[in-house]
Amino acid sequence: MSARIGIVTFPGSLDDRDAARAVRLGGAEPVWLWHDEAVLRSVDAVFLPGGFSYGDALRCGAIARFSEVMGLVRDAAARGLPVIGVCNGFQVLCESHLLPGALVRNAHLRYRNRPARLRVESTATAWTSAYTPGAEVVFPAKHGEGRYVADEATLDRLEANGQVVFRYLDNPNGAMRDIAGIANEAGNVVGLMPHPEHAVEALTGPSTDGLGVVASVLAHLSEGAKR
Amino acid sequence: MARVVVDVMLKSEILDPQGEAVLGALPRLGVNNVKSVRIGKRVEIEFDDAKAESERSDDSVTDIEEQSQIIADQLLANPVIENFTVSVLDGNAA
Repeated sequence: MSARIGIVTFPGSLDDRDAARAVRLGGAEPVWLWHDEAVLRSVDAVFLPGGFSYGDALRCGAIARFSEVMGLVRDAAARGLPVIGVCNGFQVLCESHLLPGALVRNAHLRYRNRPARLRVESTATAWTSAYTPGAEVVFPAKHGEGRYVADEATLDRLEANGQVVFRYLDNPNGAMRDIAGIANEAGNVVGLMPHPEHAVEALTGPSTDGLGVVASVLAHLSEGAKR
Repeated sequence: MARVVVDVMLKSEILDPQGEAVLGALPRLGVNNVKSVRIGKRVEIEFDDAKAESERSDDSVTDIEEQSQIIADQLLANPVIENFTVSVLDGNAA
């Protein structure tokens, strides 16, 4: 039986269908989760996709944090459920305090839409274990508010704990310390701005490097099942 | 009727590229003596006094000032990047 990966759709989500497609291509079963879902429908992991949830009102991700489904995701993440947030999903995770720091307007004020070269800095997470440490991957980046910021103490702690998961090789938005993606301390929650779900087929993406994210969580789940 | 104004500003150490863009445009107005521009948000909240009366219970937070602090801290501002101030304009009418 293949693993069930829940894809959350908020009002304004855009990349939920691509996320589901990536999950299917990666060998797992996508399960649709609506923003006001009362149960997580027995999923083994959750994918928060990109887009403009609630029209980015107030701040990106600020309103989505109060949705029914995020209450469930927060509780499940505390129990170790693997959760990944991409782009707006990353912003939702930061606003929900599942990840430290915040994502603010790109330093140059322009929406940036092009493939981003990244280095995989940590393979000790539920979503990156299938990569080679230090591997270079290419995922499309497309965002206007992707500049990662946090205070120096938080940044130092992230670096020391190996919680910086992806780093830009050509920083597209002014993110502090070139941070593209981070994990929580336990490593089950990961957020990143560039889109692995858009890098799963040679025809439509700049690479197929994104499949590694699905492969990683599948390996993580089967390891858990063996224990 | 209680009216509250919450002002939200980016913390001083957080780069404000919008403010920088405005600063960069000022010389085109002939204004050359501005050192810095920072852009924030002003949020005006109007409380429903009748509702506060009917829903009052011992454990609910009914103090306008206290409620406004919660609203500002947990939703209107992100304390990671922003500071806020709360001003109650028309007092605690309820």
